[in-house]
Amino acid sequence: MSEHEYVPKSKAGKWFNDRLPLLSLASHLTDYPTPKNLNYWWTFGGILTFCLLTQIITGIVLAMHYVAHADLAFASVEHIMRDVNYGWLIRYIHSNGASMFFLAVYIHIFRSLFYGSYKSPREIIWIIGLMIYLLMMAAAFMGYVLPWGQMSFWGATVITNLFSAIPLVGDSITTWLWGAYSVDNPTLTRFFSLHYLIPFLILGLVVLHIWALHIPGNNNPVGIDIKKPSKDTVPFHPYITIKDAFALLLFSIIFAGFVFFAPNVLGHSDNYIQANPMVTPAHIVPEWYLLPFYAILRSVPDKLGGVILMFGAIFILFVLPWLDTSKVRSAVFRPIYRQFFWILVLDVLVLGYVGAMPAEGIYLVLARVGTVYYFLHFIVILPVVGYLEKTEPVPLSISEPVLSGSANYSMAKKDNEKI
Amino acid sequence: MDKPEKKTTTRRDFLFTTSYTVGAVGLGAVIWPLIDQMNPDKAQKALATTEVDISQIEPGKSITVLWRGKPVFLKRRTQEEILEARSVSLNDLPHPEKDEERVKSGKDEWLVMLGVCTHLGCVPLSNKGDYKGWFCPCHGSHYDLSGRIRKGPAPKNMEIPKYEFVDANTIKIG
Repeated sequence: MSEHEYVPKSKAGKWFNDRLPLLSLASHLTDYPTPKNLNYWWTFGGILTFCLLTQIITGIVLAMHYVAHADLAFASVEHIMRDVNYGWLIRYIHSNGASMFFLAVYIHIFRSLFYGSYKSPREIIWIIGLMIYLLMMAAAFMGYVLPWGQMSFWGATVITNLFSAIPLVGDSITTWLWGAYSVDNPTLTRFFSLHYLIPFLILGLVVLHIWALHIPGNNNPVGIDIKKPSKDTVPFHPYITIKDAFALLLFSIIFAGFVFFAPNVLGHSDNYIQANPMVTPAHIVPEWYLLPFYAILRSVPDKLGGVILMFGAIFILFVLPWLDTSKVRSAVFRPIYRQFFWILVLDVLVLGYVGAMPAEGIYLVLARVGTVYYFLHFIVILPVVGYLEKTEPVPLSISEPVLSGSANYSMAKKDNEKI
Repeated sequence: MDKPEKKTTTRRDFLFTTSYTVGAVGLGAVIWPLIDQMNPDKAQKALATTEVDISQIEPGKSITVLWRGKPVFLKRRTQEEILEARSVSLNDLPHPEKDEERVKSGKDEWLVMLGVCTHLGCVPLSNKGDYKGWFCPCHGSHYDLSGRIRKGPAPKNMEIPKYEFVDANTIKIG
């Protein structure tokens, strides 16, 4: 970015900034030119940062009262709920915070899919984002094990057993993950250790995510490259900060609604039964945010195949920037892709629904159709639509359609020109 | 680096290669303990055997005991159940094993196996499923009266642990 060189006004500020340019960084973040047409779908980056910090702060507090031991963990969580001052509140914020975090990240990801934010030159932002998403799933999974309830124990058993599908070394890997011959105390203690570590890894990746974002700058709803700074941009502060703050306020109301009025609605009641290695609950389900992947896993009548497809469903997203052949970023100007986007949203919702249902009958059929369509979308539909689609005219700048007084981009370039 | 040189192997190349090699070996030697510490420790390995009194088990009944943190099914099968398990053609089995191979000869009524579904590790329910043996509620695997997989996503029969009859009424698992 070609920004003005920042010089602190005070002598002390200049002295400090010459030695560690923190003030220059603050100035960059404040003045950072942002497209002026960002809509509320763009506020989820800030919301996600809030979610991460909430999880870290409440998590540090919970770790002061929690005991990571197979005999004591369940009781210590009840101790937090009943005895610790405001323990119930902190735990409910933490457990519902995980759900809110995923809700926000899914909106953030689908926003990127709709507006083509993953495309050149933002591939690295997208890939770092996916790494954050993978770490989030690891952290959420391990965190769910810590209360040592029935769902904790059997969820951990099922997920760690996924690795036993690996040919030859699978069983050794599973035993290594457990530190025992089943999910047991050594598993719990290492999950606690890693659950504490991962949020800080995520924090590091968030810094890289934002750093990579600040090189090309934000994508925007019309998906065109803009000059920065120009009449198409506004400074990050106060324009974006206030918009982000307002969105965060609305988001917090929903968050608080869950925490105070329905704190257990997103959890599973079986997790209030202490872990019992002799009895598997009749119906094991993961947390809601993992259900689509669970549906994909169960849709394949083969152990290794199911595991490969489930991981494949995530890893295919890493090559998404190269699967999408369209040069137009925003779905606003892509009439065909726009429809397939909404079908994909529907497909993921259906997969999530059948993931919560027993794997039989119509649910199994739906899971298989949904799985096939999911991969079809990325492997076939995206590359082909990119070639065949007649995109609508893209405006030259954000201001132009407004300033020219026309809603249909009268001055627009032809779609076959380079954007 | 200063100026282009002839492509010959120099003392410096030798020093680079040996330094990298020694460095890699040293790094490996440090990393291995950090990895291996996650494997089952001595206390876990010490729990390796369990003795079970089987004198109270009636024919057709089974008990479940915990061994190495995993449930073990001990089922005393009736004659009909043994006959049914043995009447199956090996061609019908995804993981072909004769029933005779899964029990101790002369102790045909005793089926001792890990009560762990070979799909993703849940505990199957006994006397359920399409083959009168076990049914795993997690992802719908059906096992027969010999604990062999018949239908569903599990790839293998339920595992037979190492065990022996200490005397007529006692089985030692492990």
